[in-house]
Amino acid sequence: MKAALLLIILAPLAGFLINVFFGRRLPRAGVTAVAVGSVGLSALLALFVCGAYLSAPEPAAFEYYTVLSVGGVTIPFALQADALSILMLFFVTFVGFWIHIYSIGYMEHEEDYARYFSYLNLFMFAMLTLVLADNFLLMFVGWEGVGLCSYLLIGFYYQEKWPADSGKKAFIVNRIGDFGFLIGIFFIATHFGTLRYEEVFAKLQADPGAYLGVAGIIALCLFVGATGKSAQLPLYVWLPDAMAGPTPVSALIHAATMVTAGVYMVARCNLFFRSSPEAMAVVAVVGALTAIFAASMGLAQTDIKKVLAYSTISQLGYMFLAAGVGAYAVAMFHVFTHAFFKACLFLGSGSLIHACHTNDIFEMGGLRKVMKTTHWTFLFSTLAIAGIPIWAGFFSKDAILASVFAFAGHHHGWAYLLWGLAVVTAFMTSFYMFRLYYVVFGGEYRGKGHPHESPTSMTLPLVVLGGLTAVVGFLGVPVVFHLPNLMERFLEPLTPAVEGLAGTTFHLSHGMEWALMIGSVVVAGLGWLAARALYRTDASWTWVKGFTARHPRLYDTVFNKYYVDEFYDRTVGAALRGVSRFCFSIIDGVLIEGPVNLSGFFVELTGNVLRFLHNGNLRTYALHIVLGVAILLWLVF
Amino acid sequence: MIFLALLLGLLLFVLGLAVVMLRRSAILLFLGIELMLNAANLTFVAFSSANGALDGQIAVIFTIAIASAEVGVGLAIFIVLFRRFKTQSVDDLRILRW
Repeated sequence: MKAALLLIILAPLAGFLINVFFGRRLPRAGVTAVAVGSVGLSALLALFVCGAYLSAPEPAAFEYYTVLSVGGVTIPFALQADALSILMLFFVTFVGFWIHIYSIGYMEHEEDYARYFSYLNLFMFAMLTLVLADNFLLMFVGWEGVGLCSYLLIGFYYQEKWPADSGKKAFIVNRIGDFGFLIGIFFIATHFGTLRYEEVFAKLQADPGAYLGVAGIIALCLFVGATGKSAQLPLYVWLPDAMAGPTPVSALIHAATMVTAGVYMVARCNLFFRSSPEAMAVVAVVGALTAIFAASMGLAQTDIKKVLAYSTISQLGYMFLAAGVGAYAVAMFHVFTHAFFKACLFLGSGSLIHACHTNDIFEMGGLRKVMKTTHWTFLFSTLAIAGIPIWAGFFSKDAILASVFAFAGHHHGWAYLLWGLAVVTAFMTSFYMFRLYYVVFGGEYRGKGHPHESPTSMTLPLVVLGGLTAVVGFLGVPVVFHLPNLMERFLEPLTPAVEGLAGTTFHLSHGMEWALMIGSVVVAGLGWLAARALYRTDASWTWVKGFTARHPRLYDTVFNKYYVDEFYDRTVGAALRGVSRFCFSIIDGVLIEGPVNLSGFFVELTGNVLRFLHNGNLRTYALHIVLGVAILLWLVF
Repeated sequence: MIFLALLLGLLLFVLGLAVVMLRRSAILLFLGIELMLNAANLTFVAFSSANGALDGQIAVIFTIAIASAEVGVGLAIFIVLFRRFKTQSVDDLRILRW
């Protein structure tokens, strides 16, 4: 177990090192074998670790060596396997492996094949470090590592301006969040004297009253980090632009794994959040607002990946909403199901882009007939995200809605508002996803060329992930079905009941639960029907076109994402540019360059005077020598 | 006796210096330098005989050897310069001036 955990993170690192140093000289098959093989090894070992944990569910931590030991704080390089880590480990390696397979086909014609795979392996290494770390510092290392890989992969097509700029944007926005995270870690280190989860949480659990104030501050700092990494208000702006990277990257990093790191972190630190109802309220409100805000922006996008990006932000908002009302297991369940259906959606969109050579959904159309596998898997994952029963999203989203409703029922009446927002978001989600589906697959083909189905290396992952979207939901069936809710039971050790901390589960009557479930299915169905009525055939678009023509301002505002980017540019961007300009022209231009240039000026001036001695006339030089000797003699005698 | 020899040395030296500083011809420049060197030699020899020691005269042998080498190099330089610039006036050779 100890060796297996270490090997899980070291295998992708080895793959990265080999490909980054020798990738250019290796044949493509070699690069593929190293990259996919190393992740495959990780995935197999992860299965082994999961199996071992399931047979004996005891959290275990393994120390490998001490990174540093300063003034009573000892930080070991240690990995741990508890329920939460195991859950993340499983789907990160599983989805990651299939996306590696998919990339073989998708990046086939790419010149920088080895560079792409080396980054992807480095990402797996960082993500697994983040997930398996047993202390906050190591988690932060992984946290920064995935941020770096995200930057590198968004800017993969660095010869073009948009990807290069988007990479920078993602990195900088993430830095803002990371700053908050780091402050939170400092707080933990000063107040708890250790950074290991086990010790920190044991201290907090033993005496929650002693940390009441500071725990809330720590929770908020950590949440700032989560808003950056998981693209929540107000730091979500980088994720839509992150779509500039290759599509498998969007599937792996910006949908399934990295962006859920924030939810993972909040769930991991649930004791901090539960110490402070205010912090929990902030999380819930931010989550709900993000969910509805991003969903509404997704309604009018025409770039297939942008639609999916906004839907990712919106779904992440759901997860934080769940975490904010204390339903951490439900939040993680949604992380889990989301990883499958969103990865499948992104890979499907990659397959479409591969075939049509465009991102614009209005240049696709009618692809149901030509791309059968892509169509079916896309339909499956669309059903899943929309929340149609038996597909994964139904179970997790329904659980979130029910948790919020129950939370509101238990003396937090204001949370009914959040529930309302979440229901509206569910309608929007269903609507924009089926809009996407009908525009792309319905009607007639409107683009150029003749699209054809993608190679097997791309369709196989689609089939695997798409098929699983119909299965994984059953891991968390609601109580009313009288079946074991495996996910909740599995994650139970995550949220110990502690006297004086907010609870994590609120119960609803069975009748209420049925009503909520039927209600959410009806809402999803309405969204579906609305999209079907408006987008099913090319002819039915006329109403939409007429509507957007009648309300150009409304449409433009939504299409341009409420001008949030522009707003940030005018405020934060302008302020930063002002400071930069001040630094450039005053600090650099006057304070630093001034003295430097002045000394240079004096040297030049002296030279200009003295150069007249050097007139190139040999006899003048002879005169100088004589004069010099004369002066020396006069001085000596 | 030594006074006369030193006076002659001084005269020769000043003469050589005047030639170096006042004439433009490269050849005359060399002559001036040779005059100064030999003025120094004469002084060496004078002091040597006055002191009854030989080291002054040994120094003179060195000076003569080095002077001949210097003339060899110097003349070579001036021949090259003459071929290049068609002049032997040092005042015309000012291309390295600022």
